[in-house]
Amino acid sequence: MPGERLTPARLAPIDVLRTGVAALRTRPARVVLSALGIAIGIATMIAVLGVSSSSREQLLRQLDRLGTNLLTVTPGQTVFGEEAALPAEALGMVRRIGPVRTASATGSVDTTIRRTDRIPEAVTGGIAVQAATADLLATLEGRVVRGAWLNAATEGRPAVVLGAKAAERLGITRTGVQVWMGERWFTVVGVLGPMPLAPEIERSALVGFPAAQKYLGFDGHPTTIYERSAEEAVEAVRAVLPRTVNPQNPEEVTVSRPSDALEARMAAASAFTGLLLGLGAVALLVGGVGVANTMVISVLERRGEIGLRRSLGATRGQVRLQFLAESLLLSALGGVVGAALGGLAAAGYSLSRGWPPVVPAWAFAGAVGATLVVGTLAGLYPAMRAARLSPTVALAAT
Amino acid sequence: MNRPIRPGLPGTAHAPGALGDVPPGQPPAPGGPYVVELREVTKVYGGGVRALRGVDLVMERGELVAITGPSGSGKSTLLHLIGTLDRPTTGTVRIAGHDVAGLADPELSALRARHLGFVFQQFHLAPGLSALDNVADGLLYTGTPLRARRERAAAALERVGLGHRLGHRPSGLSGGEQQRVAVARAVAGDPPLLLADEPTGNLDSAAGAEVLGVLRGLHAAGTTIAVITHDPEIAEWCPRQVRVRDGRVVGDSGTGAGRRTPGPIPKAAPTLRREHLDAR
Ligand SMILES: Nc1ncnc2c1ncn2[C@@H]1O[C@H](COP(=O)(O)OP(=O)(O)OP(=O)(O)O)[C@@H](O)[C@H]1O
Ligand SMILES: [Mg+2]
Repeated sequence: MPGERLTPARLAPIDVLRTGVAALRTRPARVVLSALGIAIGIATMIAVLGVSSSSREQLLRQLDRLGTNLLTVTPGQTVFGEEAALPAEALGMVRRIGPVRTASATGSVDTTIRRTDRIPEAVTGGIAVQAATADLLATLEGRVVRGAWLNAATEGRPAVVLGAKAAERLGITRTGVQVWMGERWFTVVGVLGPMPLAPEIERSALVGFPAAQKYLGFDGHPTTIYERSAEEAVEAVRAVLPRTVNPQNPEEVTVSRPSDALEARMAAASAFTGLLLGLGAVALLVGGVGVANTMVISVLERRGEIGLRRSLGATRGQVRLQFLAESLLLSALGGVVGAALGGLAAAGYSLSRGWPPVVPAWAFAGAVGATLVVGTLAGLYPAMRAARLSPTVALAAT
Repeated sequence: MNRPIRPGLPGTAHAPGALGDVPPGQPPAPGGPYVVELREVTKVYGGGVRALRGVDLVMERGELVAITGPSGSGKSTLLHLIGTLDRPTTGTVRIAGHDVAGLADPELSALRARHLGFVFQQFHLAPGLSALDNVADGLLYTGTPLRARRERAAAALERVGLGHRLGHRPSGLSGGEQQRVAVARAVAGDPPLLLADEPTGNLDSAAGAEVLGVLRGLHAAGTTIAVITHDPEIAEWCPRQVRVRDGRVVGDSGTGAGRRTPGPIPKAAPTLRREHLDAR
């Protein structure tokens, strides 16, 4: 017998798990309460990530639909800081650029639109009156929800098409209504749908170029040119636009890409997401402290059990492993419940906003990882304490 | 692992006269055929409490030894050292031929898992587990697979007369039954050495008799047993008595005497006694 080698038997993972589950089942209320903190943290993070990727997905789909090949040209400022103007022939020049498929223009008209002539002129409702070329709707790939867009017949007559917001502000829901513009009545012939890439059109009342010149004193200078080209030529077109539009003073021309604004919105949203994620991380941290607290109390209460296990042949390492496993189980429980709740919350919110519900798989993977890290950190100190306890001291505690 | 300083050779650290009136004539050869061998063992706790002041004690295979003595005399300390739950301050402790001083924590744990069974005054049963699972968990650290653990647990419970209580939770068992579950847990792995610290201390005499009946059966089957008791009748009932006072062994009825099977159990209710003497 003295030659016998003393090697402790390995504890099977399933036995570690079973022992941990048995220990937790003895104190269900405490388990629920301490797992709750972890669950809240994980749920917050999953929900935030889910909602933000759903809204991002929504924006991406919108961009996909609207295209990113639309450029707008507006007059910038002169070197003296004055408002510059686009030359009257600018639209024709743009149309001659090779890759340009379609181009159209609007021009600011210095007048107002009102329901009747009895409303004071100062009350514009924020609606701009603009002259528009007949192909504007095609360039913007916009949609008429009521009536019709300007055509060869109506663009020279006192007819007006309202942008979606303009119609809403004027309280106009049907065509045929008369509105007071300049010094005469115009007939509403159409109402446009939403235009995410040209919000300024949503707030405009549009008349044909000839009509604007004839009835409203419009000078014929475009103030915005809209242009679409082949997707891959956008940058090249962008580079030549200022010189094309205003060869004398190209620096007085501003070119912008409306889809950039949508992308900027996406970036702004992700900054906000970062903030909310931080909040979730704080909740998770607090949850981890809760688990650590529970485990420390558990070690104090279960000294007798620890002493008994040592007397049965558990090594220090096996005692440590057991308490670490319990801590991991606690936080894993919170993590699973939290991930499920967070996923449901994100899906519910996205669906209510009409967004495609998306929770990225990496968010769940991250939740699992965070749970494991928190469980390990929370369990480490209590597990060390349990393992360091001398068996006789542990047994002396009642 | 921090090991205690290896003690000096016997006779160098302590004068033989300081050992008290231990009966002479014990075989001096270290690593002899003893299950338990303590040589000049002292234990000083933090705070300067000298719980053991030089103990020599050997136990042969198959002995049933009662350890008695007044409160605070060092009985539990002695049993903890025998059980390798603690290390001596000086002196040599050799269990099943292994010098404890030369073993690190994992090896000591393996020694306890294979060679030792413990019964305490408190039963230390898991309240949420059935009697069967409580006993099966006694084999958790022996590397036995679950099925085999359960089978051996059932057999051990059968042995202590609780074959009909396998599924009961501790709360559904009497004190004597709970302590017999604890005994079953200690012996489920057939350890050659069973250590019991006042196993009947929390029980009335009838329940105590149930437990003693189980110990008697184990002893008859060859298990070496050391049992701490305050009850003179129980001590008298054991074939060998070791008396401890002020950290020294002050009386020992002698090695080898512990091998005869003890007689009837003192103060036992006759019905219980009959039943449990035949339990195994
Ligand atoms: N962990 C410890 N730290 C300090 N002193 C201790 C410790 N354990 C025991 N002692 C002291 O050592 C001495 C012997 O204690 P021990 O528990 O061995 O006595 P005992 O004979 O078992 O007593 P009882 O019959 O009351 O159980 C006592 O004075 C006790 O206070
Ligand atoms: Mg004691």
